[in-house]
Amino acid sequence: MSGNLAWWIEIPVALLLVLSGLFALAAGVGVVRFQSFFQRMHPPALAYSFAAWCVTLASIVYFSAQDDKLALRSWLIIVFLSLTVPVTTILLARTELFRRRTASGGRGEIPPTLNHESAAPAPAPADDAR
Amino acid sequence: MTPLLFGAIVFAQACFALSMGLALVRLLRGPSAQDRVLAMDLICTLAMLMMMVLAIRYRSSMYFEAALLIAVFGFIGSAAMAKFLLRGEVIE
Repeated sequence: MSGNLAWWIEIPVALLLVLSGLFALAAGVGVVRFQSFFQRMHPPALAYSFAAWCVTLASIVYFSAQDDKLALRSWLIIVFLSLTVPVTTILLARTELFRRRTASGGRGEIPPTLNHESAAPAPAPADDAR
Repeated sequence: MTPLLFGAIVFAQACFALSMGLALVRLLRGPSAQDRVLAMDLICTLAMLMMMVLAIRYRSSMYFEAALLIAVFGFIGSAAMAKFLLRGEVIE
């Protein structure tokens, strides 16, 4: 089976690869062209979700057809990515909130933090920023 | 491999490379540190996708391990960097 695959296998694989390339390109253009950081957080999600899903499905279809058995190894990657990407995204969003809040001294357009209980030991670094 | 699939693979790789270049522009130009972390995370993910397309291109499953390693280390690096920017220390 190392020769040519059937054409009705190669067409969806090629289609998924082209689609993933377009999504990745949209992510790159968006990261460069958007103005604020919170807008710039959105385009990489295209690469994390749609492009990664398309490449994973393409490789599953291709290797399943090539080896004549279900090749689900690359499913690991999409599972891992869907577990780790929200963690990174939330950490980066909180980083931007925290740094803008400390840079404006609590008087900017960023709303204050919500956890008032744990805010008691926290103001020490915030006072330095003011 | 038919020219259709080969063309699709080359197109996808060119798109990934171009997108990595655009993210590199943001990484070099980014006004704040978290912009650079975000761009580096995007570059890691695109490198991982490039590895998976290479696996299809050369019909080798060795590239999956490389893709998984890039994913793991990209996540660890981005999370550690974001945590450092958030609190000033990685582990607290």
